Amino acid sequence: MKFILHATPEITPKPLIAEVILETGTLLNIDRADVKSSGGEVIIDVHQDRYNIVTAAFKKRGATITPLEQPIIKDDDECVNCGACISVCPTGVISFNDDWTVQMEIAKCVQCGACVIMCPQGALKVSK
Amino acid sequence: MSKKTIQDINARITDGSVHVVTAEEMPGIVAELGADGAAREVDIVTTGTFGAMCSSGAFLNLGHSDPPIKMQKVWFNDVEAYTGLAAIDAYMGATQLSESRGMEYGGGHVIEDLVAGRSVDIHATAYGTDCYPRKLLDTTVTIDDINQATMLNPRNGYQKYNVATNCSDRTLYTYMGTLLPDCGNATYSAAGVLSPLYNDPTYQTIGVGSRIFLSGAQGYITGQGTQHDPTNNFATIMVQGDMKRMNKKYVRGATFHGYGTSLYVGIGIPIPILNADIAQATAITDADITTNVLDYGVARRSRPILRKVTYEELKSGMIDINGKEVTTSPMSSFHDARAIAEELKDWIKKGEFYPTLPVENLPNTGVVFKPMKQMGEQPTVADVMAQRVTTIRQGLTVEDAARAITEGNFNHLPVVSDEDKLVGIITAWDIAKAVAKSKRDKLDDIMTRNVVTADTSEPVDTAARKLELHNISAMPVVNKHSKVVGIITSDDISKLVARR
Ligand code: SF4
Ligand code: SF4
Repeated sequence: MKFILHATPEITPKPLIAEVILETGTLLNIDRADVKSSGGEVIIDVHQDRYNIVTAAFKKRGATITPLEQPIIKDDDECVNCGACISVCPTGVISFNDDWTVQMEIAKCVQCGACVIMCPQGALKVSK
Repeated sequence: MSKKTIQDINARITDGSVHVVTAEEMPGIVAELGADGAAREVDIVTTGTFGAMCSSGAFLNLGHSDPPIKMQKVWFNDVEAYTGLAAIDAYMGATQLSESRGMEYGGGHVIEDLVAGRSVDIHATAYGTDCYPRKLLDTTVTIDDINQATMLNPRNGYQKYNVATNCSDRTLYTYMGTLLPDCGNATYSAAGVLSPLYNDPTYQTIGVGSRIFLSGAQGYITGQGTQHDPTNNFATIMVQGDMKRMNKKYVRGATFHGYGTSLYVGIGIPIPILNADIAQATAITDADITTNVLDYGVARRSRPILRKVTYEELKSGMIDINGKEVTTSPMSSFHDARAIAEELKDWIKKGEFYPTLPVENLPNTGVVFKPMKQMGEQPTVADVMAQRVTTIRQGLTVEDAARAITEGNFNHLPVVSDEDKLVGIITAWDIAKAVAKSKRDKLDDIMTRNVVTADTSEPVDTAARKLELHNISAMPVVNKHSKVVGIITSDDISKLVARR
């Protein structure tokens, strides 16, 4: 399961992620990290069995957690099933069904935004 | 050999006995019955394609205002249309960009908005005449308020198209979509097996006056498309249709990031099966249609051909380019192309659509598709670069570089290795910064290592684009051994442009 870790400037300098990995003994996958002076935003992927333990450990350290259930949103009214978005996706989220409609395995999305730029119909959005 | 006339076929539509199949179903039928048997069995084969067709647009007649205006300029939702016609006619081109929203919204979107029944703001200006005194007009209309809304596309429905990939080291934004560096992906267009023109490659049944499915309405082919190139299987058609009858599903404004706007248009052409030859032609499959993979990393008219591929390979989702597995993306919708072929089949079966034979066929031979005639030689980097260029050897100090720059009175100093190969570049600004930070020793610490370079035979325009993209004002010109043979600056280019 994926979630967004929001960290305020006060806690960003701390080795938050390393601490949580050590404390919970859980492997975390960092899909994307965006750290600015105004704080940090990291997308983390963790096995669903460990989701509660890991998010609790982050919360204890003052971070805010937003679950990322829909990392990428497709507007089906806008989508023409052209498939232009398929080849730019680095993690193979998008593919054709047998009937040439487009399907998305959204759990694999790392919110890189490449497909959003590619889509000629403006049908895709990464959720915030 | 079995032969039928268009009258025979149309009579079957009237009495409900017509046999229509799509171009996807036909290969199986021909394989089973043979071409002659298939020609006896099948009356019409329907085709379809739905993709970006940049060469699209619409004639819009607004009706007269009071007092009347002869529009000199007109904007629909801030997108300018062409008004070099009579007073209140305009031609909206699909790739015209909005003046306020840029690539986000363009002519294609205006056309979509009109077909979808949304209201559109109109702003027009004029110089005023005795017969048309009005100079300014602002109003809002829907498609019902305007007289004729005729889609007229000078070039649509390519028989096939090239496949685009990008062997350069940076991401490109093109009309074929985003092309990732190092051949990271490949994009293609056209519907392959369903492709309207490929199913009748000698255009026996396709030509001026052919009734077609155009974006959900019945439209017509009005002639060969511009750039019609049948010799190389790049034929195109000019089409027209009534926007008021179109289906918004098949008229979709599009934006290609970093390139501009376009319009997704749906075209379906019925192919009356008059004889076995035509039946045979419609038995074409994706495996039979080949096209070239081009390197769009080379911004020249003749792009290097990397290999040939079939539509079957392209549709598999992966092709091999120089030993690398490359993911493919279509830019046109096969799903909707199929829907169009099915919808057209349905219309015919219900007796709502009668195919026509052309009053004149599309030219099939003797068409020469020429590149542009250009006057004068296109200047290359070699023509404008400075051949005398001072370089500095790697390992020397910031002070040495400062001296070279002040003595020579220039801003850019390429750094070369002992073997004379380019390894970096230093600007006067780098030196100023180094001095300010009291970093005065080795050049290696302050030089830029990833140097953007030019090639002597490169056109000046591509060099200018490189300078602009990298936001730099000069590039060393190197030969194939990475040896510096000159330097080209934005000043050199501006002087050249001023002379043109
Ligand atoms: S945002 Fe990136 S990872 Fe997610 S679907 Fe789009 S291209 Fe794939
Ligand atoms: S690129 Fe856009 S319109 Fe095309 S399939 Fe993907 S989401 Fe749909």
